Amino acid sequence: MDFANFLIQLLNSLQYGLLLFMLAAGLTLIFGIMGVVNLAHGTFYMLGAYLAWFLTAQFDNLLIAIVVGAVLAIAFGWALEWLLIRHFYKRDHLDQVLLTFGLIYIFQEARSILWGDDVHSVAVPAMFNGAIQLTDNLSYPVYRLVVSAVCAGLAMGLYLLISKTRLGMKIRAGAFNREMTESLGINIRFIHAIVFALGVGLAAVAGMVAAPISSVYPGMGSSVLIMCFVVVVIGGIGSVRGALVAALMVGLVDTFCKVLLPEIAGMAVYMLMAAVLLFKPEGLFKS
Amino acid sequence: MSTAKAQLEILPRSIQVLLAAGAIALAAFPLIPMESSGFYIQLLSQMMILAIFAMSLDLLQGVTGLVSLGHAAYFGLAGYALAFLTPADVPVSLWWSLPVAALGTGLAALVIGFFVVRTHGIYFIMVTMAFAQMVFYIFFDNAELGGSDGLYVYFRPDATLFGWQPFDLENKTTFFYFTLALLVLIYAFLRRLLFSPFGRALTGIRVNEHRMRAVGYGSFGYKLTAFTLAGALAGVAGYLWAAQTGYVNPELMGFHLSAHAIMMVILGGMGNFAGAIVGAFAFEWVMHFFKDMTKHWQLLMGSFIVLVVLFAPRGLLGLIERFTAPKEKVEEAP
Repeated sequence: MDFANFLIQLLNSLQYGLLLFMLAAGLTLIFGIMGVVNLAHGTFYMLGAYLAWFLTAQFDNLLIAIVVGAVLAIAFGWALEWLLIRHFYKRDHLDQVLLTFGLIYIFQEARSILWGDDVHSVAVPAMFNGAIQLTDNLSYPVYRLVVSAVCAGLAMGLYLLISKTRLGMKIRAGAFNREMTESLGINIRFIHAIVFALGVGLAAVAGMVAAPISSVYPGMGSSVLIMCFVVVVIGGIGSVRGALVAALMVGLVDTFCKVLLPEIAGMAVYMLMAAVLLFKPEGLFKS
Repeated sequence: MSTAKAQLEILPRSIQVLLAAGAIALAAFPLIPMESSGFYIQLLSQMMILAIFAMSLDLLQGVTGLVSLGHAAYFGLAGYALAFLTPADVPVSLWWSLPVAALGTGLAALVIGFFVVRTHGIYFIMVTMAFAQMVFYIFFDNAELGGSDGLYVYFRPDATLFGWQPFDLENKTTFFYFTLALLVLIYAFLRRLLFSPFGRALTGIRVNEHRMRAVGYGSFGYKLTAFTLAGALAGVAGYLWAAQTGYVNPELMGFHLSAHAIMMVILGGMGNFAGAIVGAFAFEWVMHFFKDMTKHWQLLMGSFIVLVVLFAPRGLLGLIERFTAPKEKVEEAP
């Protein structure tokens, strides 16, 4: 593998890792702060991608579609939290698993009724449609760099939100000790609703920016959900920093194994997870 | 947020009577002359197989308090074992292929269990799901293992013993009774296990693992044994499934079947194995009902699951008990 090829794979793994992080961050926050297992998280990614396809057709512009889609997704997350999820914070994990599994069925069928079961593709916006020439016959598409940049920007924003703002302080306090935070007069229900809506928003935006790279298809949520679980398990539940490190690790291992050792590529990530479990059963960054 | 409580470990008389009546009704069913009875016999056999599968999960979920979201992996593995053990031209002997499939599946559960049993709560859910997905992809990605299309099982296993054939599984009704016999045997075995010292230790681990460790029970070994045993029993179910349908594909190991099994156990009422049986029958019946009703059955199924979780988390047996138990007994209960 020469340098240009190596660079391409490195950029690919970075892009994949950052995209996974967008999903895993929401999953790990929702668990860390509310204690809710959310199996439907991958479905939000799928719905986001379909939304991008649908809205791009309406507005003829992916950027506007993503902004409108993000607002819709956050509103949807808010409504879902209010309607169902908030009644399950104190319930058993088992009940949460089943509730969110039932939601997968409902959202899948809703998608099928609204938009059908066809596979779609979303065009890359014209302004990012170029490619950077690396050598005579190797180039790298600009849009993939844009995806990495958007994800990195959102990751940075999430970090600043949680560690530097007043709202972030309340979120961390709520995760640390719910009763104490409440008794200090902080509306913890409101905080929970924000975190859940934010998680849904991040997952949907991940689906929307990924739509032009991967095709838009019904099963895209379930495979990404399992990768997110692996990321969260490796990183440590509730830890956003752990999710970032683990997502980048998973991105690297998955991308390079597909190139170098295609026979075991399907298993490599799980073997990484098994190795981490053997030495650190609670993940790399226990929060 | 501890793991859920098991219910009705000791079954009230009303439920015992209902179960016995159900078993007799099942046993009598093939004797009823009716049109398309073959279809119903096969459907009931499938439900009984899934009931065995649900009971094996209940050993983890209801008794030990380990919620596995990857239990279908063991169901599917045993199905594939039968597919590999059956040659293309003759049937394989039941008498060694069933134990080999179950033991092999148990071994797989032992290896995976070694990793997953170290984890707790939510980690356990995620890790069992991830490992099941790994098994799924091993079969899905490799053309030698059947790939995404799966494999055919050309013959049902042969029960011939030293030249004498006591029964023929190719016959639908015989297969039905064979499955029923295994269902009853496994149920009896698990009920005895529940009240054995081993079963009591598992229950103790569910209720308070720290305390069990403090009084000297190595919970790792107990949990690993339960995980292995549950895997092997799921293997018996998967073997029967493959024998009945004559076909295996990676979907048998998929996430949906794992989640369905959890739902069956919840729907019936967990921790007593009887609930798992009732739940498996009820769940399958509801699913067939919805599928017959509309193309958009997933919407109804999803709503059904959400409603059960919201309003009947104790399951059907819990409801039966509530309506049949004497009033004062209900008030006594904590």
